[in-house]
Amino acid sequence: MSEIILKTEGLTKRYGGVHALEGADFEIRKGEHVAIMGDNGAGKSTFVRQITAVEQRTAGKVWFDGKEVDFKGPLEAREAGIETVFQNLALADALNVPDNLFLGREIFKFKLGPFSILDYKAMREKTLASLEKTGVKIPNVNNAISNMSGGQRQCVAIARTATFHSKLTIMDEPTAALGVQETAQVENIIRTLKEAGEPLILISHNMRQVFDLVDRIVVFRRGKIVANLRKEETSGEDVVAYITGAKTAPEYAENA
Amino acid sequence: MSASQHGLGGLKYDPKKRHRPPELNVFFALIFIVLAFEVLGRLIVGDSFLFNTRDRVDTLFNEPRLKIIILQVAIIGIIALGVTQVIISGGIDLSSGSIVGAVAMISTAFAQASVNQYGMENLKPILGEAYLNLPLIVPIVVGLFAGLIAGVINGALIAYAKIPPFIATLGMMLFARGVANWTTKGVPISYLQEDYAKIGAGMTPVFIFIALAVLMHFLLKHTKYGKHTYAIGSNEQAARMSGIEVERLKVLIYAIAGILSAVAAIVMSSKALTGQSGMGLMYELDAIAMAVIGGVSLAGGRGSILGTCIGALIYGVIISGFTFLKLDAFYQEMAKGAIIVGAVVLDQWRARKQAAKS
Repeated sequence: MSEIILKTEGLTKRYGGVHALEGADFEIRKGEHVAIMGDNGAGKSTFVRQITAVEQRTAGKVWFDGKEVDFKGPLEAREAGIETVFQNLALADALNVPDNLFLGREIFKFKLGPFSILDYKAMREKTLASLEKTGVKIPNVNNAISNMSGGQRQCVAIARTATFHSKLTIMDEPTAALGVQETAQVENIIRTLKEAGEPLILISHNMRQVFDLVDRIVVFRRGKIVANLRKEETSGEDVVAYITGAKTAPEYAENA
Repeated sequence: MSASQHGLGGLKYDPKKRHRPPELNVFFALIFIVLAFEVLGRLIVGDSFLFNTRDRVDTLFNEPRLKIIILQVAIIGIIALGVTQVIISGGIDLSSGSIVGAVAMISTAFAQASVNQYGMENLKPILGEAYLNLPLIVPIVVGLFAGLIAGVINGALIAYAKIPPFIATLGMMLFARGVANWTTKGVPISYLQEDYAKIGAGMTPVFIFIALAVLMHFLLKHTKYGKHTYAIGSNEQAARMSGIEVERLKVLIYAIAGILSAVAAIVMSSKALTGQSGMGLMYELDAIAMAVIGGVSLAGGRGSILGTCIGALIYGVIISGFTFLKLDAFYQEMAKGAIIVGAVVLDQWRARKQAAKS
C-alpha cells in the first residue's frame, strides 16, 4: 500500500448545539480516489470544509502529506497542496479562464507589492498546457466565465487543480448541475487525474458515477462515518442501505 | 488558420461570436449624440455644434466649445477614475464630491500668499502669518494626505466594520462637507500663491486627467491590484477562497479613490483661484453617472477606465449641448437624470441578453 496523503482523527465540528460532524476518522492514500456519500445534511460538506480550513474545526487532528497540520484558512490549505472544487464554483464570472486559474497566484513580470505587473503571456501559456493535460475543452480561453456553459465552468474549476500540481483534489458534487454530455466531460477529467496518480475525494449523490470512478466509498450519516467500503466488495443497494440507516458497518457500530 | 477556427480541444470557435468590447458601443453612442446636437443645432438655433461657422477665424472646429467640454469633463473625470474602480470592486462612493470640498479648503489654507496678484496685502491669513508663502509641495501633500485619510476611513468602515458602502460613504459625504464648512465657517479662501494657481491654469487639468487616466488604466488592466479589484466585484466569495486579502484590497481601493478626489480638489481650487466649501457639490453623482454611462456595471466586476473616459465625454457633450441649444438649466438636470437611469437600464438589458445567450 502506498503512503497516506491525508488522515483525520476524531474530526468534529459543532455549530452551537448542532453536531454537524462527530469524530470522523478518515484516510486516503496517494493515487487513491475515494467517494464520500450520504444524505443531505449528513456532514459531507462540513467534513470537506474542515480539512480545507474554510471553517475551523471544533476538535480532532488532521495529518496531510506526513505532517500534522492546522491550516488557518483555505489559502494555507491550498498552498500545502489541497485543491478544492467547491459546490458553489469559486470562479469570478467577469474574468476569463487564465485570470480565474491564476486568481490569487498570478505570475508577475515585475514584483511591486499590490501593484505587481501581470505576465499575461506566461499565464495564458500555462493555462493552455494544463487544459490540454486535463483534456478540458474550451472554445476560447479569453472569453469571460459568464459566457460559458455550466460544464465549461466546472471544467475550468477542475483545471485549476491540475495547473498547480496539487497533492490532493477535493470535488464537492462537481456534476450536480450539469447535463449528460457535460457530466461525461467532467468524469473524463476525473479519469485523467486517476491515470496521473492524483488522489481525489469526490462528494457525489450519483451512484453510477461513484461506482465508475472511485476505489473506495465512505458513507456519512447524521454527522458520523458509518461505512468504509471497497468498491469491489459492495453494491449499490448496500451503499443505499448504509446511507439510509438500514445498515451500519460492524466497525462503526457505536456511531449508529 | 486552424487556431482561429478551432479552440482548445478542437471545439468549434467562431471568431464572429466574440463579444464586441462594450467600450465600442459607448463610443458609438458618443458619436451619435454629437451628431444629434449638430443636427439639432442647425435646425433649432441655426448654428453648428462642432464646427467653426465664423468666417473671421480660420479653424475647422469650434475650438472654444470643445475646449470647454474637455475642461469641464477633466476635473470631474479625475474623480470618476477613482469612482470607476470602486464600482468595479462592487462598491459605491458617495463621498467623493464632499472630499473635494474638504480638500479644496485644506489645500488652499496652506497655499496662501502674503500678497495677491494685484499687490493687495493678505490681512487675514487663515492659518496665521507663519503659514503664508509655503513651498508648493506643502498644500499638495497636505491635500492629498487629507484625501487619503478620508478614503482609508471609507475603506476601513466598509471592509472591517462591514458597513454597506452606500451607508459608509454617505456618512463620509456629510462628514467631509461638514469639515469643508467648519474650516473657515464658510468663508472662501483666496490670496493663493502664483505657483498654486499654475496647477489648474489653461488646459493643464486636461493633461493631469489624461496622465491619471493612463495610470489608472494600467493599474486596473495590468497589475495584481486591478485583477483582484475585478475579482472581488465579480465574486467576492471566490476571491476570498482564492486567497485574496479582500479587506486590505478594499481599503486600498477607497484610499486611491480618496486621493483622486483630492487631486480634483487641488486642480479645481487652483483653477478657480479660491477654495470654497461648496466645491464639488453633487460631483459624486456626476462621477458615478460618467462611469455608468461608460459601461461600468453597478453590480461590480465589469467596466473600464476607457469606458469611463468616453462616458465622461458623453456627459460633457450633453451638458454643453443643452447650453448650446439655449435650453434652460432645469432641462439639463432632467436630462442628466434620464441619462443615468437609461444607462443602467441598458446595462441590465445587456447583462440579461448575455445571460440568455450562454
